[in-house]
Amino acid sequence: MELLLEPLTYDFMVRAIATTALAAVVCAVLSCWLVLIGWSLMGDAVSHAVLPGVVLAYIVGAPFALGALVFALVAVTLIGVVRNTSRVKEDAAIGIVFSSLFALGLVLISVTPSQTDLNHIIFGNLLGVSVPDLIQVLVLGVVAFAILILKRRDLTLYAFDPTHAHAIGLSPRRLGALLLGLLALTSVVALQTVGVVLVVAMLIIPGATAYLLTDRFSRMLVIAPAISALCSVAGIYISYYLDTASGAMVVLTQGVVFGAVYLFSPRQGLIGTRLAKARRKKAAAPAV
Amino acid sequence: MSTPAILVDNVTVHYGEVLALDAASLTLDPARICGLVGMNGSGKSTLFKVIMGMIRPDGGSVRIHGQSPSRTRREGGIGYVPQSEEVDWQFPLSVHDVVMMGRYGHQGFTRRATKADRAAVDEALDRVELGPYAGRQIGQLSGGQKKRAFVARGIAQGATTMLLDEPFAGVDKRSEATITRLLRELASDGCTILVSTHDLHALPELCDEAVLLMHRVLMHGPPDRVLQPENLARAFGLDVLNRNFPAQDHRAKPKERTA
Repeated sequence: MELLLEPLTYDFMVRAIATTALAAVVCAVLSCWLVLIGWSLMGDAVSHAVLPGVVLAYIVGAPFALGALVFALVAVTLIGVVRNTSRVKEDAAIGIVFSSLFALGLVLISVTPSQTDLNHIIFGNLLGVSVPDLIQVLVLGVVAFAILILKRRDLTLYAFDPTHAHAIGLSPRRLGALLLGLLALTSVVALQTVGVVLVVAMLIIPGATAYLLTDRFSRMLVIAPAISALCSVAGIYISYYLDTASGAMVVLTQGVVFGAVYLFSPRQGLIGTRLAKARRKKAAAPAV
Repeated sequence: MSTPAILVDNVTVHYGEVLALDAASLTLDPARICGLVGMNGSGKSTLFKVIMGMIRPDGGSVRIHGQSPSRTRREGGIGYVPQSEEVDWQFPLSVHDVVMMGRYGHQGFTRRATKADRAAVDEALDRVELGPYAGRQIGQLSGGQKKRAFVARGIAQGATTMLLDEPFAGVDKRSEATITRLLRELASDGCTILVSTHDLHALPELCDEAVLLMHRVLMHGPPDRVLQPENLARAFGLDVLNRNFPAQDHRAKPKERTA
């Protein structure tokens, strides 16, 4: 108990845990759709491509979220343009656009005075989360979370069968755009905690882990954020006691939990399915 | 004359340089089942997309029960049963969840299901005899059951026009008969059904009429006449005559007169 309470005596630790748990929950909810649509690479792209937007917003003193949304839009548009108007395939288009925009962000950082703040965006700065940071993450996180939950059925329909969505008078284009917008918003939320480079982990791993544990999307939406929040808090504690990089530790914890689920999940796990196969073989053997 | 259920008038669609539909025209009366026959790339899916309003044609127009496709879509009038390959069968949804998606057009902002929605879903599931499977993950159904689940979605939706893309692909004979019976029932209730299929076997049993498509409508008439080898040859190319084409030996004798 002592072990759990001690870090909480520091304000910065409390803020770190609150921010991370919040970002983890929002990212995890979004990740459920990303892994099912097959947008993991898109998540990677958008979360990197927002960097120049965040830096420019910092320079002109605008909200980070605004800059991020603008550049998410720029990235998605450029990807679409390159894919549709040249022979370059989608994965290459995504790679070209997001790495170029990310590089642009790095260049902008290198020429902007007061670099310390901005470098934190790249690798995250969990322990340095200020009260205004926390409020920003809270507001954006709650907005993104609320939209995701209120529109969850439409988004699932879009992920599963966009043609049917169209056939009943909904607009798959608009739903896709909504999801991309939320992806940009969520990226900003997570930037504070794990940084641009590792956001994508929070946007993929929880959903993928939950997908291995259940056959119901509604349950994925509970399992993914629960696992993600637990991993994040656990990761912070571990980093506190082992004195390691906190954002990276959060992601590492999520990765380890995914590995465990991959091996031991009752229905989808590697070991479970192998055992079931062996049992079936054994049961079939005497009959032959 | 009543208003046609589906009216495709002189529709032309290009994909870039490629011509998909060339002044195709088709009129389908309500409560009829029409089989759409043509090779891969003959424009079958394009015709579906035009009817659903997913593609705006370069020329011509589409009317469904006399109104625009977008209006019909908003009223939930168009049901769509996708090809098997288009569906992610691993998707973590139950049969009940999928059928409930038919109700979304009738629901509010968050698509919260009411008692009436649940009743409609249960009824649709009973109708396609999938009631006991409502809780199964969709991938755990047989080929025929999967198709029926999507037909149930259209029923729950209250669709008056249903489009089915290759409903007999990957379906065994018995399920094929079940689906045929189900569609005939729906048609007798007033639903207009357009089925695209490679399976010429099933056509005379299922359809009131058939259409031969090769970018344009080559022929539209009773299935038995459309499926004459010399007509098929026009749509599929001449070599079809040399193969023992299934449609010939299967053209059910008693059906010939009823069609």
